[in-house]
Amino acid sequence: MDPLEIARWQFGITTVYHFVMVPLTLGLGALVVVMQAAWLKTGNEQWLRMTKFWGKLYLINFIMGVATGIVQEFQFGMAWSEYSRFVGDVFGAPLAMEALIAFFLESTFLGIWIFGWGRLKKGLHFTVLLLAVVGSWFSAIFIIVANSWMQHPVGVELVDGRPVMNDIWAVLTNNTAMLALPHVLTGAVAVAAGLLVGIAWYQLWQRRRSGIDTVDANGRVVVGENPSIPGRDKADHKVWLTSLRFGAVIAIIAFLGVSVTGDLQAKLMFEQQPMKMAAAEGACEDTGDLSLITIGSFTTDGAHDCDQVTTYLVLPGMLSFLAKGTFDETVPGIDTLVPIYEENYGATLPDDAFLGDRAGATIDYVPNMFVTYWGFRIMIGAGLLSAAFAALALILARKGTVPASKGWMWVAIASIAGPFGANIAGWVFTEMGRQPFVVAPNPTGVDGVWQFTAAAVSPGVNGFEIVFSLVALGLVYLALMVVELVLIVRTVRGGVAGVMPGHFKDPDDTGAAKADESDVLAFAY
Amino acid sequence: MEALLPTIWFILIAVLWIGYLVLEGFDLGVGMHMLTRGRTDKERRVMLNTIGPVWDGNEVWLLTAGGATFAAFPFWYASLFSALYIPLTLALLALIFRNVAIEYRGKGKTQAWRTFWDWAMGLGSFLAAFCVGALLAITTTGLPLNANGDREGGAFAWLTIYAVIGGLGAVGYAYVQGATFLALKTDGEVRDRAKAFVVRWMPVLILPLAVWAIIIQLQTGEIWTWAVLVLAVLAAAAAWVSARAGREGWAFIAFSGFLALGAVSIFGAVYPVVLPSTIDPAYSLTIENASSSPYTLGVMSLVALFGVPIVLAYQAWSYWVFKKRLSVEQIPDQHVIEPAIAQH
Repeated sequence: MDPLEIARWQFGITTVYHFVMVPLTLGLGALVVVMQAAWLKTGNEQWLRMTKFWGKLYLINFIMGVATGIVQEFQFGMAWSEYSRFVGDVFGAPLAMEALIAFFLESTFLGIWIFGWGRLKKGLHFTVLLLAVVGSWFSAIFIIVANSWMQHPVGVELVDGRPVMNDIWAVLTNNTAMLALPHVLTGAVAVAAGLLVGIAWYQLWQRRRSGIDTVDANGRVVVGENPSIPGRDKADHKVWLTSLRFGAVIAIIAFLGVSVTGDLQAKLMFEQQPMKMAAAEGACEDTGDLSLITIGSFTTDGAHDCDQVTTYLVLPGMLSFLAKGTFDETVPGIDTLVPIYEENYGATLPDDAFLGDRAGATIDYVPNMFVTYWGFRIMIGAGLLSAAFAALALILARKGTVPASKGWMWVAIASIAGPFGANIAGWVFTEMGRQPFVVAPNPTGVDGVWQFTAAAVSPGVNGFEIVFSLVALGLVYLALMVVELVLIVRTVRGGVAGVMPGHFKDPDDTGAAKADESDVLAFAY
Repeated sequence: MEALLPTIWFILIAVLWIGYLVLEGFDLGVGMHMLTRGRTDKERRVMLNTIGPVWDGNEVWLLTAGGATFAAFPFWYASLFSALYIPLTLALLALIFRNVAIEYRGKGKTQAWRTFWDWAMGLGSFLAAFCVGALLAITTTGLPLNANGDREGGAFAWLTIYAVIGGLGAVGYAYVQGATFLALKTDGEVRDRAKAFVVRWMPVLILPLAVWAIIIQLQTGEIWTWAVLVLAVLAAAAAWVSARAGREGWAFIAFSGFLALGAVSIFGAVYPVVLPSTIDPAYSLTIENASSSPYTLGVMSLVALFGVPIVLAYQAWSYWVFKKRLSVEQIPDQHVIEPAIAQH
């Protein structure tokens, strides 16, 4: 077993999995901050309920992000020790800063927030949440800076064959990071906003299904209540309608943000990693046309081979527009780029002993075209679809509730997956599009600062070890994914009453109980 | 100043590990006590809730120690982490189960669910402590590293008697530290039993750690590191006396002092070597040949200079906010979420 391939699968699987949790943490955290701020300012209980409900989902998801995040930091050293040695001088810095500046802030203040209900003054309790969410956004900054350095190394000089940092400011303000960061953050907000739309839709539908809310002859909602179902009072309707509209508006704004930043990023990427973009377009020859349908062989070898790819339908001039902003230029294709890459970076891997069997192997400079081509299109398609659904949700719910149709409810639930899919596809595209490099060469940077993925894996680690960790982590992640989904579904079905124990009890028996329970914790695990 | 940077960072890494061991030491210990010494569900929940607000912040000390090692000593990070591939994988799995157990334990409906997560918490805490202890012992006693810094001798070359001693040392320490913390933070029976545990078991459970420290002193100790080790033993004695006298705060502080002083005596004795090679001393990693450039170390020093005091300040505040003792009477009944759905 080749440790390289297994290590790549492991990094891919663990990172994609981690990045299912992360955008939701980033986005939902920010939205809960807005909700708690609104409660603080207006005193309107509707916002308190929203803070509690969405805050609970935020926490169920947050813990999975924390648990899977430690793996991320450790596996650079574990499975990619040559990478760590090569880049450590510059790459370790943002990672250490992330832990010291971002993770401490996030974890310490979130712990205070969770247990701080009823114990801290309202303003202070809001502030600790704000600090925790600021911490998680800081972590996004540092990790994007680190990743952007792998896409576009800057701020270094070459000393004894290794990049050595000589300008931290250049690393932190890498133009790749400056565009990737808003792209990732708006993408994260889109994920959270999509969740709000889908779940709020379900709750409004559930109220209709239970016969609580009805519509009059004009289709306008008649809000009701059902005291026998905990939490389903009249204010409950407002909680979900507000969540739905809030989520939908944010989803549309976030999508616009993702689109603008994505377009700018693409233009930059045509300069910084032309091969990635050529592969993503299936552009074998120089062209200015955007491929709409390109079919190639799906085999491992075929996906890297221009002879096995056929383009059937193009949008003339569109690729030129995406890359350069005008309709009449051409973008270099794969067949043009490969000889340039071979001349600049060599046709074979070096004959170093630590490379083992891979020493002297031919380098394939074409990334997996199938994955990059479809990754790019799924990213855009899934993002577009979910934004379109958000707009549709605003229209369909304009009279105060959602259709009674069960089919529409399922569409709404399914739409939650859209932004997640777009996030995953985007990362798979950009990381696999960087291959065969783990550190892509910067065309205008210092000579010699690049590394092939094949030269980055730990030379001392054997196939057994990596298979063991891949299988163990994979199975645990799979099981925990099921557990998390079960808990989220249970929390969603419980509605607001489920996350505010005691709040909806019969007024007669809480009065007596309260005196005895004065010392009881407002929240406990 | 530039020549001092690797030494400064060696000290800082030691500080981060000590911070991790003192803080997460008790919450790993509480995890083990939950499984082994909680008699009722409410007792286990009392224990869990003493660490509830703070455990995640404690765990970040581990991430920071790892990240700072990557930034300041990339060759140390790369060699140590790849050589200890199996134990680190186990540590990661253990931490994952433990983290999830803390958040998810109370969210189920059945006793089987809670029992499962109690085991995840207890075994996860045990295994995490053991693997971290083994890692630290190995980095002081060495591995068969070749000239490139890669491990020879297969996936289990790390599994030496030193790794076992270090692993047991961390487990024993955490088990006692958890009890000193529970004695300080709870009331009622849990407090009494934790107190009794400390008095009865501390002298035994600190032995592996002491053995490890003495082995290191015998190999490369200097007069001052022997002196610090003696101070560590005195701190342990003070912790034991305080625990017996019912001075729980002093017991916790003195026992934390034992760990800190013991770690200083070990780190001090191995300096300037950070990871010895058992094949050839010329292949050993030291603070000089494993470190980052002076520029990177300088930048990171500035970040640490401002960052660490701020972190210490707000973490201290978080402990102050939750300073009250907990008892079973304060733990609300487990809340089970029922679907807000009309029954059809």
